[in-house]
Parts: sequence; C-alpha cells; structure tokens
Amino acid sequence: MFRQNGSFAKTMEVLNAIFVLPFVDMFTEPVFFAEVVVGGLLTGVMYSLVALGFVLIFKASGVFNFAQGAMVLFAALTLVGLMEKGVPVWLALIIAAGVMVIVAVVIEKLVLRPLVNQPDIILFMATIGITFFLEGFGETVWGSDIHRLDVGIPDATFEIGGMLLNEFDIWAAAIGAAMVAFLALFFRYTVIGRALRAVADDHQAALSVGIPLKTIWIVVWSVAGFVGLVAGIMWGTKSGVQFSLSLIALKALPVLILGGFTSIPGAIVGGLIIGVGEKVAEIYWGPLIGGAIENWFAYMLALAFLLFRPQGLFGEKIIERV
Amino acid sequence: MNETRNIGDTLLKVDNISLSFGGVKAITGVSLEIREREICAIIGPNGAGKTSMLNVINGFYHPQEGTITFGGEVRKQMRPHLAAAGGIARTFQNVALFTGMSTLDNIMTGRNLKMKKNFLWQALNIGPARKEELEHREFVEHIIDFLEIEAIRKTPVGRLPYGLQKRVELGRALAAEPKLLLLDEPMAGMNVEEKEDMCRFILDTNDEFGTTIGLIEHDMGVVMDLSDHVVVLDHGEKIADGVPDVVRADQNVIDAYLGVAHD
Repeated sequence: MFRQNGSFAKTMEVLNAIFVLPFVDMFTEPVFFAEVVVGGLLTGVMYSLVALGFVLIFKASGVFNFAQGAMVLFAALTLVGLMEKGVPVWLALIIAAGVMVIVAVVIEKLVLRPLVNQPDIILFMATIGITFFLEGFGETVWGSDIHRLDVGIPDATFEIGGMLLNEFDIWAAAIGAAMVAFLALFFRYTVIGRALRAVADDHQAALSVGIPLKTIWIVVWSVAGFVGLVAGIMWGTKSGVQFSLSLIALKALPVLILGGFTSIPGAIVGGLIIGVGEKVAEIYWGPLIGGAIENWFAYMLALAFLLFRPQGLFGEKIIERV
Repeated sequence: MNETRNIGDTLLKVDNISLSFGGVKAITGVSLEIREREICAIIGPNGAGKTSMLNVINGFYHPQEGTITFGGEVRKQMRPHLAAAGGIARTFQNVALFTGMSTLDNIMTGRNLKMKKNFLWQALNIGPARKEELEHREFVEHIIDFLEIEAIRKTPVGRLPYGLQKRVELGRALAAEPKLLLLDEPMAGMNVEEKEDMCRFILDTNDEFGTTIGLIEHDMGVVMDLSDHVVVLDHGEKIADGVPDVVRADQNVIDAYLGVAHD
C-alpha cells in the first residue's frame, strides 16, 4: 500500500498525533487534564440549564420551543435593566421572575390556545415568532447595549491540588444541580408533576380526566421562564447581557440530541458530555487543525448520535408498529 | 328486566343533535336518553357516528344544533372539563393512556378532580396535600384490587399488552367515581377470555357502584348480554332505540348491518 517510505512515515506520524500523543499528554500531565475536564463540566452545567428549559416545554406540550434562547435573553435583560435603574438585586429577581410568569400567561393566551391541536410544525413556527418578538421587545425596552451583570455571586479564582478553579463556576454548577434535582423530584412526586406528565403523554386523555390544560401550560412556561432567568444570570454574568445570549439556544440543540428531548437527566448528562467533550477536543486535538474545534465539535457529536441513536441517551425509544 | 334492575330517571339526554365537519355530516338530528343505573349500548356500522356522539357528550366536539342535558343542566355544548367535573368519565377507542407512567400513576390521574387542596400545597407536596394524596392512593388501590391488576401496579403502561391497557384505562375512568361512564369499544381487539373479563368488570361496576354506563361495541353477543337498552345509529342517524330483543328483530337494523338488496 505504501510504496514510498516517506509517505508511510507521514501516515504513521498523523496517526500518532491523533491516536497516541493526546493520550500520552493526558497521562503525563494529569493535573492539567483534570483542570480541563472540570472546566468542561462546569461549562456543561450551564449548557444543561439552557437545555432544561427546552425539555420542560417539550415534555409538557410536545412543542420544540425555539424561543427558549430568547427567553433567556429577555429574562436577563429585564433583570439587568431593573438593576441599572437602581432596584435592589433581590427585588429585581422577584420582578424578573414575575415578568416571566406574565410572559407565560400571554403566550398561553395568544399563541398556544388558538393553536391547540394544530400540527407540531405550526407550533414550532409560532415559537420562532415568539423569539423575534421577545428579542425585539426586550431591546426596545432595555436598549441593545452590552450590560454588565453582577448579582453578587463571588468571582474569585482559587487553587485546589494544583488546579485553578473559579468560584463563580462552582456556584453556577451548584445552583444548576440544585434546580435539576428539584425539578426532577417535582415531576416525579407531586400531583402537578403527574398532571404535567399526563398532559405530555396525551392531551385528549388528560382533558377527559379533567386536568386543566390551560393551567398546566402556564405552569410549564413559567418554570421554563425561571430556568431561563437562572441561565440568563449565569451566562450574563460570564459574558455580559447582550444579544448573543439568545444564540446559546443553538448550543442547547446538540445537548438535547444527545440527552433526548424528553429527559431531564438527559439534559444534564448531555450538557456535561458536550461541555467536557468540546474542551478536551479543543485542548488536545484542536492544535492539529489549527484550533477552534470548540465551536463545531458539539454539532459533530450530535450528528454522530443522530446516525446511531436518534432518540438520544435517555429519550424514549421510537418504535413504529406496522 | 327493568323491574329487577332498579333503573332510575333520565341522567343524560341529548336532544336533536346535529354535528358536521365542514360539509360532512357526522350526526343528523339524533336524540337519545340514558337513565340512571342502566347500561346503554350505542351500536352501528363503521362511520355511523358512534364515537362522534361520545365526543359530543363529553365535550370534545361541539354540535351545531341540539342540546345536551346532564345532571339537570341544559347546554348547547359540553366542555371536557365541565363533563369531567360533572361526573362523566370515558375511555377511548384506541386506548389513550399516559404511556410513560405506571399503572398506579395513570389511575391516580383519574383522581385529579377530587384533589381539592390548594395548588401551592400540591407543588410543595407537604402537609395537607400529602395526607390527601395518601387517601386517594387508598381509593386507587381499591380499584386496582377490583380490576385484578395488582401485579402490574408499578409497570409503565406502554409495556403492557393491549387487553391490560384497556383494563387500566377503565381503572382511570373509575377512579373519578363517575356518574356516567362512557366506554368506546372496551372489547375491541381482545380475545375471548379478555372479553369475558371485561364484561364481568363492566357488569360489576354497574352492580357495585351503581354507575350508569354508555358503551359502544361491535360484538353483538356482548351488546345483547350486557345492555338494558340499545341505540342503533347508521350514517349519522338514529334508526332504532329499545330493549335488545326488539332492536335485534328490527328490519332497519338488519338492513343496516347486512346490507339491503337494491331492486
């Protein structure tokens, strides 16, 4: 196969660089590797937070809510706008949460109810409409500058066992984990949680046992709004509250494909895998092709998943009976 | 039969109902009555409007004409939540269960309207709501015993065979302690044994809880055995209404089922 020695040596070198050297690096410098992984995990939690908002709405109404990213932006803008007007943090948080409830009520009344029983694609298109509205409305009210957000979460860097860690990242991960645990328990063990799952499964059957679809939708969209608010605070503190916050919705897509659209644990695990995967790929394989793997690695991973396990890690297996 | 069966006054009355979708007429001027504690069968060939009638009664479809009287209230249209709150429970032709949830959880959703505690309490799942949940749980266990499905209490219903799914669906409807129970082809797709079981449960429900039952069924043997009163629909119109023996001998019914020679 390799007629010339030079070509053979080159091939070996490439294979070596792809399949051997990165792992050698990982083992020879375990502390650095750990730092990369932990950094990835912490970013992953933030992805999970965004993905969680999608999963909630998808579970309860079967709608892929394209507007989740815009809700993150809108919530963060509202919060930062209020704080810049001199409203104390705690009050601004409560008001912003209240605004998200109002958004949920309005969406239910003006968008979901008139479109009930329409095909999913129609509802999906409607959420694209909501996206543009929220983005435009948010900017009209609060302006399009980049806002600095500081809700008082400590942001110092410290060292554990040679690893550099950021206190804020730890907080973000802890808050994210707490929210996930709370929501998972809420869905599993409460009457409302059961009603939510029922609505998700079958609208008509849910109606026939007298579950109020309207209330359930408002609850779900509100909760998705709260989750958006938390995600907005985390991302906003990291990178400033600006229009691009709306685009992290796109980062949640591969997370959802990995985790499955209907699974809360899936959103978490998917987020962590994407977070770690892209950091590790960037550091160890990135230099081979000149870097910037981080931006597209997640989508490649999602694509591979779509080919081999389209329902995601935790999604319900799609079985069509013929 | 009536003297031993203790049948009461009219519970549900639909009067002169007409329903169309665009230009297609599903039901034309049908009236029928279901009386307390009776078992009323609605039969007819495919496309006769039986399921549409059930959907009108529990508020999924809104008829253009006619009135529905239930529990003394006259309405032009029913709404699903009003129907559920008023005591109408139903099952579906193609089993509409919450497939991801366990048998127990599915039946618990039937108790949904009986749970009166404040929304916030429910969200927190503490205090009074917790106690209430336990009381309902006890009632549901009773239904599970009644339907002999103890063994599948924790199984996600998506994994159950069809016959058992139908039984769970009946359980969910019973959990609401309905005044009127509507069953849409409860025995469709079942084997003989499963049919016998289902018949027994329907009769027992009627006997023990005094539940009024309206059912759609294709199996004539079952219909004639179970029902006090049979309504026959064909092409959206009512062609017969009476006790089983009379309906069975009715020439219109025989024509509708077997076809009629056009000469």
